[in-house]
Amino acid sequence: MRLYGTFNGTLVTAGLAIIFTLLAPSIFQFFTIITLTQVIGLSILTLSLALVWGFGGVLCFGQSAFFGIGAYAYSVAAVNFGGSTGAIFVAIFVAAAFAIILGYFVFFGRVSDVYLAVITLTVSLILYSLMRRTSGPEYKIGSALLGGFNGTGSPPLNMPGNASAMLFPMQTFYVSMAFLIVAYVFSGWLITTKFGRVCISIRENEVRTSLLGYDTRLYKIGIFGISAGIAGLGGVLFCVGVTRVTPDVFSLGQSALAIIWVIVGGRATLIGPVLATFVLYFLTASLGSQQLLNANLVLGSILVVFVLLVPNGVVPTFSKLFEKRRAKRYSRLKEHRIKMRKHRSA
Amino acid sequence: MSISRRSFLRSTAGVTLAAPALINSAFAASHGPIKFVSILDQSGGLDIYGAPMVDATRMAIDEMNEAGGLLGREIELKVYDPQSSIQFYTQFATQAAAGDKADVVHAGITSASREAIRPTLARYETLYFYNTLYEGGVCDMNNFCTGSTPAQTVEKLVPYTMKKWGKKVYIVAADYNYGHITAQWVQKYVRDNGGDPIEVEFFPLDVTNFGPTIKKIQSSGADMVMSALVGGAHVSFYRQYAAAGMNKSVPVASTTFGVGNEHKLISAEEGDGMICAYSYFEEIDSDANRDFVARFKARMGADAPALNELAARSYEAAYIWAEAVKAAGTADRMPVIEALRSGVAYDGPSGRVDIEPKTNHLNQNVYLAELKNQSFNIIESYVSQPPTDTLMVCDLVANPDQSVFKFENGLKAAGIDI
Amino acid sequence: MDLFFSLALQIIYGVANLALISLGLAIVFGMMRVINLAHGEFLMLGGYTVVVATNNGVNIWFAMLVLAPLVVGIIGLIVERCLIQWLYGRMIDTLLATWGLSLLFIGIITSIFGASTTTVISPPLGVVKIGEYTSSGYELFLILVVIALLILVYLTLRLTSLGLVARATMQNADMAACLGISTSRIYMLTFSLGAAVSGLAGGLLAPMTGVLPNIGVIYIAKAFITVISGGVAILAGTTSASILLGGVNGVISYVTGPTFGEVALLFTAIILLRLMPTGITGRFFRKSQ
Repeated sequence: MRLYGTFNGTLVTAGLAIIFTLLAPSIFQFFTIITLTQVIGLSILTLSLALVWGFGGVLCFGQSAFFGIGAYAYSVAAVNFGGSTGAIFVAIFVAAAFAIILGYFVFFGRVSDVYLAVITLTVSLILYSLMRRTSGPEYKIGSALLGGFNGTGSPPLNMPGNASAMLFPMQTFYVSMAFLIVAYVFSGWLITTKFGRVCISIRENEVRTSLLGYDTRLYKIGIFGISAGIAGLGGVLFCVGVTRVTPDVFSLGQSALAIIWVIVGGRATLIGPVLATFVLYFLTASLGSQQLLNANLVLGSILVVFVLLVPNGVVPTFSKLFEKRRAKRYSRLKEHRIKMRKHRSA
Repeated sequence: MSISRRSFLRSTAGVTLAAPALINSAFAASHGPIKFVSILDQSGGLDIYGAPMVDATRMAIDEMNEAGGLLGREIELKVYDPQSSIQFYTQFATQAAAGDKADVVHAGITSASREAIRPTLARYETLYFYNTLYEGGVCDMNNFCTGSTPAQTVEKLVPYTMKKWGKKVYIVAADYNYGHITAQWVQKYVRDNGGDPIEVEFFPLDVTNFGPTIKKIQSSGADMVMSALVGGAHVSFYRQYAAAGMNKSVPVASTTFGVGNEHKLISAEEGDGMICAYSYFEEIDSDANRDFVARFKARMGADAPALNELAARSYEAAYIWAEAVKAAGTADRMPVIEALRSGVAYDGPSGRVDIEPKTNHLNQNVYLAELKNQSFNIIESYVSQPPTDTLMVCDLVANPDQSVFKFENGLKAAGIDI
Repeated sequence: MDLFFSLALQIIYGVANLALISLGLAIVFGMMRVINLAHGEFLMLGGYTVVVATNNGVNIWFAMLVLAPLVVGIIGLIVERCLIQWLYGRMIDTLLATWGLSLLFIGIITSIFGASTTTVISPPLGVVKIGEYTSSGYELFLILVVIALLILVYLTLRLTSLGLVARATMQNADMAACLGISTSRIYMLTFSLGAAVSGLAGGLLAPMTGVLPNIGVIYIAKAFITVISGGVAILAGTTSASILLGGVNGVISYVTGPTFGEVALLFTAIILLRLMPTGITGRFFRKSQ
């Protein structure tokens, strides 16, 4: 199986994203920019799932657990530190550390793929019920209230080193886009490294990889932890965009959405899921302003149709079509050239 | 929280706020329709509450437009459905304030949704109405809370039911902010009336098996149960309670039963005898209410939902806002706030309501009713009750520059003994 | 003493409840290795069948015991033919497709009935007295139904020729196919049977909990965990896991309130899976069904 895209391709996409970021304020209205900031958080979650599932071969049904842990860790840390800069790193670290501990249990237990999916889902449901049970003033971390069902407020980002200089919504948008681009380029780079290639070979055939002498469990924990850290970053940006984090980040629905976005975008690419997040989020939001179709109905149909008919997702399917056409054209050209050559020599 | 919303608002107020606020007053002022935005869940878990509220709001705005609009301008209603998801609340609130440049936003069912959008609407200087009964404690110049609070309902319900049934009270409540704070108010009022709150138990919103608790209630020797359970899953409590034969021996009173039209979801045998307190019941015996109910039924046809406090309050809140706009002669935010706080009143289906200026809450009538055959019989009524709970902690007259939720840390943190 | 009996009964009911909501899922998982994420919605559909039928004047017992399994069994049949049969051997894809299906069912039911339904069915059978405590007669009835259901499934697998063929397919589908058994038909029947059992469970629970379009979400996590903890053996797995998890949940719920009852249930399951990654029956009772 050919690796989709190269690192050069990743850089080109990143360049396009930078152009988009600079143009966005003059294209979109102000409130669209604010909405985009929330979606950027979600798209980083999707990116992390695309990395661990598409390239690590680990289907994590509860990726939103790390997303939510990141969001809560950020909110709690930012309130306690009185500033956001350190809190962002705390959030990424806590999410990754949690994943590594969980990964130790599942990967060293040699739990099979399907059970892994179930266990990660269960973990995120446990966090969901636990966080919903933290109403009341006795549930506090430092000076931050957890708030149970109602959740807790997430402080806005501020200038590094100056806690009183909050970022304006437009600046928050730029910072979020920057984080998305960095996370995307990092993931794109990661899969071209030796570590990434081993992960891909584990996805293709775990037994053969371990017979070649690689400790597949360590590699799996590694990619699991890295993707959880990225998901945690997504959680930070999301809760900053929403201004609040509630236990709903751990819900079944949130996990479902991330998986749907990856499926629709394409499991074996990084850019596909990110784009799918943006498109489908605005689709879901627009379903909220009309009363004709139930949102669940539409999402459910999308998922069923994609699993049955387009299992590879939109981007790989399209790029395959494109490649076929290019190959055809190329061979036609080649034939033509050979004919011409024969003609000339004759 | 060391970074309070206030300090955030102060620091951002300078730049971000200036732009949208200027546009608001410069362009929207006296031209075109008045913009009224409603953000309420019509799908997802909360739609049993949201759908009737939206219906009532639509009815109010349609009636106003048929009567020629406000100040000669048409009222344009825009309804958003946040699908019971907090992130859509923030998104639609931003859209309403910064995108639609709304003159007023009526929004929010849970306290979580209110707390998510309150800072946004304050930031963009958009007038905000919250029309759901809640735990009390919001102290915000820009935010008018028109729903009933525990001091208005629980304070009446507890002494009445204790006198009727006995002094030992078992409290069951939903496990979130509203449930916790309401349970604290119930404990306080039970003690104030010489009773004994023997046990308080909280239930996550998705619990459907109440068997162990029902056993506990049996063995506790309670005289009555006070319920602040919320949502569709918790309706199972009343069914299982009746199935164990308990509703005959240890009766139930509730501060939440009926706002989701739960009394239509359980059978007459299961529900009969329950006592509830609200500021509105469909069965209120007045000309204004009979007329209101008839108009609502005529409009909605056969599948009209039962009317409850949430729906009536959404309707009345739209009207009291309209009265204030008329009194102010403009739909601009500050003049309307001034008008609302200076005694504008509206005679609605629930009776006469007006704004209590120290808290921006509503002085409203409160009714006690007993459930009989799936409908409520009013047994007591109390005229124009002030929100004394919020009054204990909030004074916007003395200190108008506030935007806080005082009960976020519970009652003790707010300095109230329970 | 009365309290003890009354409590014991409550915990047994909790166990039976867990077994009831998991059995349909266990049948499908045990026989076909298909994890059906739309299982909760099968329960929900069973509940709706009962509500709609009784609202139209059908006898409640007929609606619960006959109509609910029949209707949901047919829905299961349609689902298997249109969706599941294309995905055999692709476990992850099945998981995803059934998840989509579950969202779809919630969407359809919400569009038809709205988010809340006027359900005026109350649990029949009145009240049973144990000393000074009272219990619902219907809870007792449910416990008996679960025992009967387990015995019925056991006898079907053990004594009928269908059970024999099904067990053969379960052990080695290729070999069974070589012997002339149409495995595709067996899978179709199994899935539909699992759906029917789920429908029956949903119908029986409807009078206790009422119905909501998204009530399946409340059941699915618990059913899921019970089945996975139990392992692939349908009966032994479901029973042992239900007793363990239901017992933990019941005791903790009584001691600390429901706040930690369900958390304790989930934690027990996670620890169990770390110790026995293939479930209880992956380690013990390996020869059982």
